[in-house]
Amino acid sequence: MTNRLVQLVTMTNDMVLTANGLGKRYRRRWALSDCTVAVPAGRVVGLVGPNGAGKTTLMRLAVGLITPDAGDVKVLGGTPAADPAQIARVGFVAQHTPTYANLSVNDHLRLGAWLNPRWDRDLAERRIAQLGLDRRSRAGQLSGGQRAQLALTMAIAKRPELLILDEPVASLDPLARREFLDGISEVVAEGDVSVVLSTHLVGDLERVCDYVIVLAASRIRIAGTIDDLLAIHQHGTGPRDGARSLEDIVLGCMGTEVAS
Amino acid sequence: MIRLSLRQFRVPAIAALASLIAVAVLAALSGPDLAHAYAKAITACRPTGDCTSAMQAFLRNDTALRRTFDTLMGVVPGLIGVFWGAPLIARETESGTFPLVWTQSITRTRWLLIKLATIGVASMLVAAIMSLIVTWWAHPLDRAGAAAYATFGQRDLVPIGDAAFAFVLGATAGLLIRRTVPAMAVTLFAFIAVRVTTTFGIRPRIFSPAHQVLALDPDSTGFGSAVSLSSVFNSLFNRGKSSALDPVTPTIPNAWIQSIRVVDGGGHDLTNTVINATCPGVINGPRGGAPAIDGHLPVPQDTADVVHNCVAKIGATYHELVTYQPANRY
Repeated sequence: MTNRLVQLVTMTNDMVLTANGLGKRYRRRWALSDCTVAVPAGRVVGLVGPNGAGKTTLMRLAVGLITPDAGDVKVLGGTPAADPAQIARVGFVAQHTPTYANLSVNDHLRLGAWLNPRWDRDLAERRIAQLGLDRRSRAGQLSGGQRAQLALTMAIAKRPELLILDEPVASLDPLARREFLDGISEVVAEGDVSVVLSTHLVGDLERVCDYVIVLAASRIRIAGTIDDLLAIHQHGTGPRDGARSLEDIVLGCMGTEVAS
Repeated sequence: MIRLSLRQFRVPAIAALASLIAVAVLAALSGPDLAHAYAKAITACRPTGDCTSAMQAFLRNDTALRRTFDTLMGVVPGLIGVFWGAPLIARETESGTFPLVWTQSITRTRWLLIKLATIGVASMLVAAIMSLIVTWWAHPLDRAGAAAYATFGQRDLVPIGDAAFAFVLGATAGLLIRRTVPAMAVTLFAFIAVRVTTTFGIRPRIFSPAHQVLALDPDSTGFGSAVSLSSVFNSLFNRGKSSALDPVTPTIPNAWIQSIRVVDGGGHDLTNTVINATCPGVINGPRGGAPAIDGHLPVPQDTADVVHNCVAKIGATYHELVTYQPANRY
């Protein structure tokens, strides 16, 4: 079933991210090995998996922060971080949502404008105003949720075609997490942008994503739209299949595949 | 990217500007007086035909400020390497901000080049301005001191080169170590090691020096002298003194005197064994020499006589060999 779904998505031309036998090694340990994945355009894709599954490595390869040791990865048809134009097409929020602690919110908006040719100043300022951030306060003085929102604003305001978010809500409290995810939903509703979001919290998936890729031990376990996954598993033949939630499905396929 | 690089550099730039202003104010307050005093000393001594002692006296002006400025010129390039070079990249890798800046629409090659160029130029500019101020301020003292080689590292272009080197050293250390404080420590030690090695190990060996042979002068030769840091480094890289006998440095204007050896006709260095054989007990006696010479401890007349006689006896077979770079090679 997994294979069928993967084939289904790879057949479509409209892919924002394709990886083929992708691998990354740190010293002797492979953080990601033989990873083949295709992420369709126009969706909010949740990349889930346990810690150490290779989610962060995959995302860093996709934005070109690191280069692969095996296989290749293509983002929007190009090599990640090959040139400024390619970098401009992809927005990225790294794990722990880094910002410059000693620069103000205003400085961050300015540096975004300086460095990005397609920078949407109105969008950035509107978002900062909506969030109620004091533009003069330094990023180091903001709360974790506000910092994450600032990082997201910077990634959105460069008007990317693909937005990659590496566990952006992992360290946030439930309220800040909800606000952040709502922010993503707004972005998707407003414009023509695909989103890949990694998380190990399945609850996040149901809130914003419409497509799920489960990664465990650097292999794709399952990939498909949430509707399809729920439909297939609810029509399964197992005794408890009828009542399975998305969380059960995701955890089930992580657990059994890892064990086998 | 240039604007971002400068924005991140705002606080260090303010600190540098404040230090430059402090140095400029100090120099501006005392510089004109110093130049005036020099002019006065020169016009006073010129009719007598001998300005040596007048110039020696003039050199005692503003010694504290001169030492401060000379120290500053040695220290500032090191500080630039430690506080500007080392954190340049290490701070970004350590605080995890590099994924933020590397995913703005700029390649990381350009990011690195612009950071190195802007802050590198700033480093050299600060060193250049400081060197300009100090060189201008110390001009009368340097002319009076007639020791062009002694201030080589603290005047004109050399501090700019030091600053450029220290900055690149720091940036490289930060790039490889990726953590700010360890990179700063490594930069500091590497910079000092390179400076000491070039000053005492490499620089004296670049051009073969000139030699001058002098007779041992019993009036100006004594035993024992103060130990300084530079004499320790000098004996580490070059040959130290071979015996306790301490000939006075001859006056060769603007020369860089690298060593003064006491040798016999065959070129053999004088040793303490020879001194003991020639004049028993003199080494273990009270130290000191001709009392009139600066830097030597005043000693009782009888000790001075003993030393005087001993030096005269040694002087029958031994002479001074001065190794130096003359002024015209500066």
